[in-house]
Amino acid sequence: MKPEQNYIELFNRNRALIDSGSAGAMNALRDRALDCLVRHGLPHKGLEEYLHTDVAEWFGPDWGLNPARIDMHVDMAQAFRCNVPNLSTLLYFLANDEFALSQTAARASLPEGVFAGSLREAAGSRPEIVERYYGRSADMDRPGIAAVNSMFAQDGMMIYVPDGVVIDKPLQLVTLLHSPVDMMVNRRILVVLGRCARLKLLLCDHALSANRFLTTQVMEVFAGPGSGLELYDLEETHNANLRISELYVSQEQDSSVEADFVTLHNGRTRNTVYVTLQGRGARLSLNGIGAIDREQHLDNMTFVDHRVPECTSNELFKYVLDDSATGAFAGKVLVRKDAQHTSSEQTNRNICLTRSARMFTQPQLEIYADDVKCSHGATVGQLDDRAMFYMRQRGIPEQEARMMLMQAFVGEVIGRVALEPLRDRLNRLVEKRFRGELSQCEGCRACR
Amino acid sequence: MMLKIENLHAGIDGREILKGIDLEVNAGEVHAIMGPNGSGKSTMSNVLAGHPAYHVTEGRVTFKGKDLLSMSAEERSHEGLFMSFQYPVEIPGVSMTNFMRTAINEKRKALGEEPLPPAAFLRLVKEKRDLVKLDAKFMNRSVNEGFSGGEKKRNEIFQMAMLEPSLSILDETDSGLDIDALRIVADGVNRLRSADTSVIVITHYQRLLDYIKPDVVHVLYQGRIIKTSGPELALELEERGYDWVIKEFEDSLG
Repeated sequence: MKPEQNYIELFNRNRALIDSGSAGAMNALRDRALDCLVRHGLPHKGLEEYLHTDVAEWFGPDWGLNPARIDMHVDMAQAFRCNVPNLSTLLYFLANDEFALSQTAARASLPEGVFAGSLREAAGSRPEIVERYYGRSADMDRPGIAAVNSMFAQDGMMIYVPDGVVIDKPLQLVTLLHSPVDMMVNRRILVVLGRCARLKLLLCDHALSANRFLTTQVMEVFAGPGSGLELYDLEETHNANLRISELYVSQEQDSSVEADFVTLHNGRTRNTVYVTLQGRGARLSLNGIGAIDREQHLDNMTFVDHRVPECTSNELFKYVLDDSATGAFAGKVLVRKDAQHTSSEQTNRNICLTRSARMFTQPQLEIYADDVKCSHGATVGQLDDRAMFYMRQRGIPEQEARMMLMQAFVGEVIGRVALEPLRDRLNRLVEKRFRGELSQCEGCRACR
Repeated sequence: MMLKIENLHAGIDGREILKGIDLEVNAGEVHAIMGPNGSGKSTMSNVLAGHPAYHVTEGRVTFKGKDLLSMSAEERSHEGLFMSFQYPVEIPGVSMTNFMRTAINEKRKALGEEPLPPAAFLRLVKEKRDLVKLDAKFMNRSVNEGFSGGEKKRNEIFQMAMLEPSLSILDETDSGLDIDALRIVADGVNRLRSADTSVIVITHYQRLLDYIKPDVVHVLYQGRIIKTSGPELALELEERGYDWVIKEFEDSLG
């Protein structure tokens, strides 16, 4: 039996329950989602884009869901204290997929017209937005998990920033996995930025209980003309978490999006990013850090589609792999015939600290326009032993020298993070990670 | 005695390059080690500094009464051994300040001392930078990254001044330097000399020795020291080349 069969049956059996725990546009998409899953199945190793990550296999165990939305009794404020010094945020939570907000976020008065809250609630209260954008760019008609996520997702978060509105204070969405039993969690995030709207959004993915989880996260971002988004997705879960995320970004004219993926602690992770540059002058900065060890697995795939002229995309992904960790990076850049004066740069650099760590990297450029500036580079190597000896000769012990070199290596990516307090925070987190002090997710009381 | 090398055999990749070196350096002395290309000069400095790729097959080295060869590279540094690199290494992403502060404080830690307070560290940096005329802006840059050849060598001597070693090995420090840079570097080295410190200058040419006056000059050839003499030997080598020394040595072997 194909792994998706289980979930198709589960869906059919529980359809009414799923619908009753959700609303409007979310329910309206489910039939098409089911149809897509039946046609495409779950992505498996036989597909080029999933060569190194057999997502279908992850669905193999008969994962339980919580369609009846039984309360898991997570006291968010009690359970979680995300300590980002000098970074004051408006804090929101998704406990599994259940939305909640902190007291400060509840008290904060956001500019008029802004919505930051439960997606399920928005589907009822702001149907004009949700109906217009939900499921519009998440492509279910190709191998991926958008279909299965759309079938089962009942809640998540929506952020809507109307034309001309700038939210200075970063919004922080902490996603917490918490369950007394192994569980599958499907969550959904929708971000809509109007003309010249601005938003900073920090996602922190944590696991509170030690059970096994399968998480699917689908996020759709619509960046209106002249808008600006800084998006940071930081994963600090645990070895028993399987995470599949898909980010769909659609950028209008002169919009600017920075999206950074930082994986500091995980089990097995697949992040896929699809960016469509569809308005002239749109700018994208897409970066990633992977610090993985033991049997951890991290696969980032990015697909940047330059559809119109004069857009810019810059990508920098760096991995440090220890023990028997495996990493993969595939970066596809498509420059269509009309996309003249495209400027695109893609770099993937990796350090394997041991002989058993493995990294697969595959840059892929498809260019159909003739007046463009595109470059790419990929390397897999070890720490520079000449630098090691130089540092040791100056009295820096081997272990410390290694630390400094690793820190410097990923420091280049952290340097691209626009949000300064987050840069400091990331530097500290990465250092702790390399020192082996971050063996569990930071900030969760349950893990301490 | 600062350094005593006895019958040192060493090499790399299974190839023996040093074939029985004997050398004694007293505190306060400057020794020059000269020799044609491929004679083993760089191997000798790397072996003394503890480069992990080189292996010692025979002999012993005593540094200030301790067994040097049993120490790691960093322990040798903490004991007061410094090597100025022929090709200083660029370390992107590690600032000079961070690098130097870590080096200083690791040494202090090894000696059981408290870390240097930040203000004292900055004063020390300023004082030692002035010694080799190294601009303050270099401290915020990554180690050696984007430095010119002369700046890299001055940076080596700056680090030497910061770490206050008892034995400094200058490996081809003159290579790639113009005459002004050479003077600044040599001047820095001379001002760091004392009755308690020793210097080994490894060089192919005599010109650095115009500025750093050696007490003893050795000729290294095919992994052995084939001649040892006073400073006048350096001048003679500059004038006549190495062939006559090599011939003298070969004749002596019969």
